[in-house]
Amino acid sequence: MSSADIYRELILDYYRNPRNFGKLEKFDIDSRDINPLCGDEIEIQIRVGEGQKIEEIKFVGKGCAISQASASMLTELAKGKQLEWVKQVGKEDIFKMLGNPDLGPSRVKCALLGMKVLKTGVYGYLGAHYEDSDGSDDVT
Amino acid sequence: MLKTEVLDIERVRADFPILKRTVHGKRLVYLDNSNTTQKPKAVIDALVDYYSTHNSNVHRAVYELAEEATDAYEGARRKAAKFVGASTKEVVFVRGTTEATNLVRFAWGEANVKRGDLLVATLMEHHSNIVPWQLLARSRGATLKFIGLQPDGTLDMGSFEDLLKESPKLVAITQCSNVLGTINDITKISAKAHAAGATVLVDGAQAAPHMPVDIKSLSPDFYAFSGHKMLGPTGIGALVARKELLEEMEPFQGGGEMIREVFLDHSTWNDVPHKFEAGTVNIADAIGLGAAIDYLNNIGMEKVREHEVRLLEYALESLAEVKGFHQYGPLDPKIRAGVVSFNFADVHSHDLATVLDEEGIAVRSGHHCAQPLMRWLGVTATSRVSFHVYNSFDDIDLLKGGLRKAGRIFKV
Repeated sequence: MSSADIYRELILDYYRNPRNFGKLEKFDIDSRDINPLCGDEIEIQIRVGEGQKIEEIKFVGKGCAISQASASMLTELAKGKQLEWVKQVGKEDIFKMLGNPDLGPSRVKCALLGMKVLKTGVYGYLGAHYEDSDGSDDVT
Repeated sequence: MLKTEVLDIERVRADFPILKRTVHGKRLVYLDNSNTTQKPKAVIDALVDYYSTHNSNVHRAVYELAEEATDAYEGARRKAAKFVGASTKEVVFVRGTTEATNLVRFAWGEANVKRGDLLVATLMEHHSNIVPWQLLARSRGATLKFIGLQPDGTLDMGSFEDLLKESPKLVAITQCSNVLGTINDITKISAKAHAAGATVLVDGAQAAPHMPVDIKSLSPDFYAFSGHKMLGPTGIGALVARKELLEEMEPFQGGGEMIREVFLDHSTWNDVPHKFEAGTVNIADAIGLGAAIDYLNNIGMEKVREHEVRLLEYALESLAEVKGFHQYGPLDPKIRAGVVSFNFADVHSHDLATVLDEEGIAVRSGHHCAQPLMRWLGVTATSRVSFHVYNSFDDIDLLKGGLRKAGRIFKV
């Protein structure tokens, strides 16, 4: 694992200038979670539009470059998509989105926190329960 | 600053097998000693020797092996007692400091704390010296309040005095902060708390491994420490308390070993400290802790402390030269242990730790099990380096190089 590889321009750019950072005045979904191990924190808010579309999405959070950049990029990806799309997203999509950095097992949790928060919120809105099974909970 | 080390570092380093390994092709620079320490060969050998030649249960059987195991286990207790200036009956072996505070919560707290009582801790406590008191306050209907801090990371004695006016039942305080390195004046705090009628519990997890400890002059009611932070094995530590206090207390866990007589409707308790050691005890690791204490005594705790003070002074001076470095905690080494928590520009501690790991440098990152203190500092996390006997000026130079590399990657 090379840190120069992990912290490529893309991740640093989103960390320093997070897109969709902030809170929504009106929202239908509000989901927050922390990684108890390191204290990384992400909250995502969504306004749902016609046809179950993600009309507006914003996030706030505190934490490392990987967790914050990953959440920011994910909000960009999700915006305009249907809620159903969130169900299809998996960890491979997140890794691809980040440019497939070679993350060690402890840092994978950082990368996947945003996805866990997004899925938990959307599943709840759809009346379902999201069981985190992407390995982001079984690494200590 | 003169680069003179108090200890013969090369000789010390040769005693620790793990320091021979490399990490990502680099020499291991282990700077996470507040978290856990590495083990000298003498400790590893003690474990192997126990299992290879003496293994049996203690305090029960009468054959030769059992006598040897009991002697070794009780010998370790004598060493632990002497290490902090206590008597043998005052040392209860526990899993570590966390089990010690929880033992006090149940065996002392449930019987002595009443509805409306006040419990006092400080803002610089580790979670293990906060959460048990929250649980106790909840179960007994008591209140938990915290002594505040001064901007330099020392205790706000004014807020302590104010809380004493409310006649607290318990004052739970660390001797040394695992984040700030602040060494609290326990002798003074114990005296004031006792005068106000409080029972005093001291978390010695970050002090006992790094400086001479004399329980008589500190005079707390309870003092706890962990073996794995002082070159010993994991899973063993000690709760030290006055014999009369231990005798008054209810048992913690019930089972074998802790009893004198068992009837169907009641039981009577074994003498202290055995009253608090239910079930088969952690024999091997207690013996390992005894070996760690022998190792530390061989160097001398004054020397350990002096060595770490030099490293602290060197680190504070040297790392301050790195652009973006910001440290927390008092600058006076007389009231500070060999712990440096810091942030580096806007680089998150986990990102920094990942870069340093690539250089073979192990530092702790995150909240250090002290989230209330992190909130007080206004940060979500810090990086932390902490020293022990095998650390050198060279380790700090390599850390400095690692910080500069991170600075280049993150364009600090």
